[in-house]
Amino acid sequence: MTHPIPPAVRLRDAVASRGGRPVLRGVDLTVQPGEVVALLGANGSGKSTTVKAVIGAVPLEQGALELFGVPYAGFRAWHRIGYVPQRTTAASGVPATVREVVSTGRLPQHRLLPFRRRDRAAVDRALAAVGMLERAGDGVADLSGGQQQRVLIARALVGTPDLLIMDEPMAGVDAASQQVLADTLRAEVARGAAVLLVLHELGPLEPLIDRAVVLRDGCVAHDGPPVPNTGLHALPGHDHVHPHADHTPPRLLA
Amino acid sequence: MTEMLSYDFMQRALLAAVLVGITAPAVGIYLVQRRQALMGDGMGHVAMTGVGLGFIFQTSPVWMAVLVCVLGAVTMELVRSRGNQRGDIALAMLFYGGMACGKLLVSLSAQAGAGSLESYLWGSILTVAPADLITIAVLGTVVVAVTVGLRRQLFAICQDEDFARVTGLPVRTLNLLLAVMAAVTVTVAMRVVGLLLVSALMVVPVVAAQQLTRSFAATQAASIALGVVVSLAGVTGSYHLNVPSGPAIVLLAIAVFAVFSLLAAPLARRRHRAATDPGPKVCDVELPERIPGQVPKRNAEQLPGQGSSDATTPERGAGLAQ
Repeated sequence: MTHPIPPAVRLRDAVASRGGRPVLRGVDLTVQPGEVVALLGANGSGKSTTVKAVIGAVPLEQGALELFGVPYAGFRAWHRIGYVPQRTTAASGVPATVREVVSTGRLPQHRLLPFRRRDRAAVDRALAAVGMLERAGDGVADLSGGQQQRVLIARALVGTPDLLIMDEPMAGVDAASQQVLADTLRAEVARGAAVLLVLHELGPLEPLIDRAVVLRDGCVAHDGPPVPNTGLHALPGHDHVHPHADHTPPRLLA
Repeated sequence: MTEMLSYDFMQRALLAAVLVGITAPAVGIYLVQRRQALMGDGMGHVAMTGVGLGFIFQTSPVWMAVLVCVLGAVTMELVRSRGNQRGDIALAMLFYGGMACGKLLVSLSAQAGAGSLESYLWGSILTVAPADLITIAVLGTVVVAVTVGLRRQLFAICQDEDFARVTGLPVRTLNLLLAVMAAVTVTVAMRVVGLLLVSALMVVPVVAAQQLTRSFAATQAASIALGVVVSLAGVTGSYHLNVPSGPAIVLLAIAVFAVFSLLAAPLARRRHRAATDPGPKVCDVELPERIPGQVPKRNAEQLPGQGSSDATTPERGAGLAQ
């Protein structure tokens, strides 16, 4: 089977360890252009490490990584990738505004040149997409966890990436922000972006997901259509609310 | 004032103070951003070995200190970027070793006088020679050009290193560049405030400024302005009161920090009031009827929408994990 367009991510037989402990024991992961892939698994199964291997933050001891058909060592088109790390906080030791944090996502475009009007416009668009434009001048430390997550997503969107990589975007995010996030993600998918999502659970993003890869102990345990979570869905009181159904937050999250 | 400015050594001292007042906070802000505020201190300790080597080889202690301090800073950066769990111990060895080695080398050197090392430990701004001033000016210009010119890049790597890597920035090179700039700053500031207080001038103006600022750019600008003001005021004050200039500058900076942090609390309150809807004053939310045996710990005033997603997470997660 050959694809005319190379896959956005092709990770083959990835072996990696962190702090001397083997975490990935031969992971294969492919994300086709325009495809939404969820990476699932228990804590410690290697989800985050897989994503960090994809962006090159964790070196591979064995295996191969290609991004958009280019081997990692020669890959330079970083503007095609938007990354949302697992959030601890968007704040650091010195105050920074929402706009300043989001502007760092524009670095692949303006590089050493000054920040220009079109860069500023791109930041405004990304902030508007996550509903944070009116908070652009506020300090990130003053925002709630969900709002900080929206800022980090705007930072990834600001370069209009072809591949969006998100590590646990729903963790510790309030219902309103989850809704914004699902809407944003749907718009990105409609635009044609490929998405690689690390999730603890499918949750409200389930209708968007084309394929689920489940990791267990650093190995791929399942790679295929998302497994409907029948056990949970059958629970009394569970409403299966699709995020695009309306603008009230899903009851399960509310 | 005119009397003070009529002395050549005072003119040089004030000029050196201005240069260091600009340079130290310009690079210090990145250390504070990365929560490595004490890194400058460690570099000051390491620089002592450089001073000692300068004494031994009868060369300029400043350039020797630059060399040793840059080597030390690169080592520290490599330890940090490895994320080594025992990294703090490696750094401790480097700091103590640098200080002990410096004292030892100075005592071995021929020109070991009583006050020879003293002047580097506490600074001796009044003995800044024209040649020193040129060195300070050249090095300071380089540091400011890098730390202000590459503000967006350095901000990105200090804010979120993993993200910066995905933007294609040469993260390792920039980290090393920042470490070298910090090392150079330490040696530049050594004559003005001394190696033991060098870190204060890199950190205190920044933390004082950020009490009142919200953006990184404003914090950097304000901390540089503050650095210049306290350095000039410190040197002037030390001239009139006949006290050493380094401690005067640092104590002045701390006083400014104290005043600013007193101002910060009411300012932040006002800002919050303007930015957010405070919500109802009293809790008038009716709780759903309490089911017996349910977690009683939950705060009564919590809205029913809050926190419950957390409560559902474990069982939902467990369902998927299997």
